[in-house]
Amino acid sequence: MTQAHQAHRSGPAEGHGVSRRLGVPEFLRTGTVFDEVTRARAAELVGRYPQSRSALLPLLHLVQSVEGFVSQDGIDFCAGTLGLTAAEVSAVATFYTMYKRQPCGEHLVSVCTNTLCAVLGGDAIHRTLSDHLGVADNGTAGVPGAPGSVTLESAECLAACDHGPVLQVDYEFYDRQSPDSALDLVTALQRGERPAPTRGAPLTDFRTAELEIAGFPVDPVTAVAGPSASVETLRGNELAERTGQSAPPMPDHHEIPPLPEKK
Amino acid sequence: MSASGSSPLSAGQPAQEGGGAALTPVLTRRWSAPSSWTLASYRSLDGYQALPQALAVEPGRLVELMKASGLRGRGGAGFPTGMKWSFLPQGDGKPHYLVVNADEGEPGTCKDVPYMMADPHALVEGCIITCYAIRAPFCAIYIRGEALHAIRRVTAAVREAREAGFLGRDILGSGFDLEIVVHAGAGAYICGEETALLDSLEGRRGQPRLKPPFPAVAGLYASPTVVNNVETIASVPAIVLGGSDWYRSMGTEKSPGPKIYSLSGHVTRPGQYEAPMGTTLRQLLVSAGGMLDGIPLKFFTPGGSSTPIFTPEHLDVPLSFDDVAAAGSMLGTTALMCFNETVSVPWAVWKWLEFYKHESCGKCTPCREGTGWLVQILRRVVSGAGTPEDLDTLTDAAANIAGRSFCALGDAAATPILSSFKYFRGEYEDLVSGRTPPVIDARQLVGAH
Repeated sequence: MTQAHQAHRSGPAEGHGVSRRLGVPEFLRTGTVFDEVTRARAAELVGRYPQSRSALLPLLHLVQSVEGFVSQDGIDFCAGTLGLTAAEVSAVATFYTMYKRQPCGEHLVSVCTNTLCAVLGGDAIHRTLSDHLGVADNGTAGVPGAPGSVTLESAECLAACDHGPVLQVDYEFYDRQSPDSALDLVTALQRGERPAPTRGAPLTDFRTAELEIAGFPVDPVTAVAGPSASVETLRGNELAERTGQSAPPMPDHHEIPPLPEKK
Repeated sequence: MSASGSSPLSAGQPAQEGGGAALTPVLTRRWSAPSSWTLASYRSLDGYQALPQALAVEPGRLVELMKASGLRGRGGAGFPTGMKWSFLPQGDGKPHYLVVNADEGEPGTCKDVPYMMADPHALVEGCIITCYAIRAPFCAIYIRGEALHAIRRVTAAVREAREAGFLGRDILGSGFDLEIVVHAGAGAYICGEETALLDSLEGRRGQPRLKPPFPAVAGLYASPTVVNNVETIASVPAIVLGGSDWYRSMGTEKSPGPKIYSLSGHVTRPGQYEAPMGTTLRQLLVSAGGMLDGIPLKFFTPGGSSTPIFTPEHLDVPLSFDDVAAAGSMLGTTALMCFNETVSVPWAVWKWLEFYKHESCGKCTPCREGTGWLVQILRRVVSGAGTPEDLDTLTDAAANIAGRSFCALGDAAATPILSSFKYFRGEYEDLVSGRTPPVIDARQLVGAH
């Protein structure tokens, strides 16, 4: 439902010669042939689950990591891998917000505009970035995929409310933002820089993030060690430590209860 | 019903000196450790100590332990965990599954994502013990797709655990085999609903299933399945180590244990505060340095946008499942979003309804059509074009969606409207009568999602 509604607002559609019929999802044809590496990854994903179809969501993330969005060729690849019809796969692809049906920028900037972040400045941040980039929500500034291109979207609650207002770039957290700090960040992205997130791994790009989300760690050492211990996350702990508070101590010994007697 | 009324509220928790919350870090206690997410750090702080103790007893005894502890699900509904585990049929010849609901997305809720970043091994150890207790050879941790750093940390923890022999075949010589898969979602709030999550995990659109059958009978791949929240499963190792009496020494009789309270919004020091069940917002606000800039509290959610809003008269309601219910709301996920007097209630409710409309899965008519109409009316009201009849239509439509939808999302969408009309109807009336100016201009509606 959600993406079907969104389709009418996406800016870049016209530039790709896509015809649209109301309510009918369409995917771009790219002619992409997915290579040996991607096919091997797809097979690995299928092998992780007791039933193959469970690999469909990861597979759609995988094809996005190759193309920067989900194309008709990506749909066909997933369908072929799992023995499903293209209709079955596209029904799934159109349901979820993270599957993009238009080519995404090098970076995806997601600004939380849900109530709490909005009241703290999220709406103003989204407006500022929209004005700066000259695009509406879900629009891309620059040639999609080219260096410095940026797609802007409003996000639903990103589960970082104590850090609000928040935004994500390629799903890494940039906490406690303001219109000015967000503008600096996006301008830097457009220049080809990759400012470090507040919490998360060193920034890569949308497609690399999608590969990780698909289930393939890109850099298991540095990325995993990216910061997470924010002031907000540790606040209760820090206060407890400073004021000498703790949970009651565990007893030295306790019995795990026996099985109930059978009646 | 107010906190000072005749409702059967428990005594709650005694405050610390100065009126603050009595902090009891159990789940969060490892979060401050250097490289807290690594196996080495976890093992230096009691990590994987509960697992051998659990593997040494009959699986059914762990179910009894959870029942005795009184642990109730931390995903919002508060269902007794031990009872949920006990519903799985035994000896039925079908594989059993554990699915961890890590699809955190309820507005205001922000505890599971930091949990998975800070202490992923506690979640993994909890999964192993739970799977042993329910005799499950396969576990999926379904993490919200946007929570990339949490996905990364949990994936790394699963790998480390496998290398250390805590996963795979014949774990610690017990004869028990287990595989855990970390599975990323793709951006759909509805997948936090457990049966929608199961459909999503099976590679389908995330739409809720008709219940019964419940997941305990026909869950993942139509097999008996336990679905538990991250904070619930992460509580398991501590309960195995400390026992049920120790666990019950925190919290209230009917809502035992510690709880991660997430303070956000117009608060001086927002963040995660772990304190016993039954702690009040007044106590937590003292710990958090009070309201930002001293501007008074106007309304708050006890547990996310799907729980009826509270007002300053509820500051002393003990935040436990039963006490919050007795005061007319729901504990939910203890996501305490605090809004000060500068915030327009109709505006806040409109923003929430845009969210519910966006996230309605479209399966049932009351929710799919209803959220759309509610949003259109609210847009009129907040932009100054509403009529008095609109207010009646709003409450009438909301009341018809609540209880008539396929799943709780429809109820949740009606909740902000019904609860805000209970306490702040005058603000809506002032807007439609023109006594107060519109709270948004046309520009803001263009970007409405």
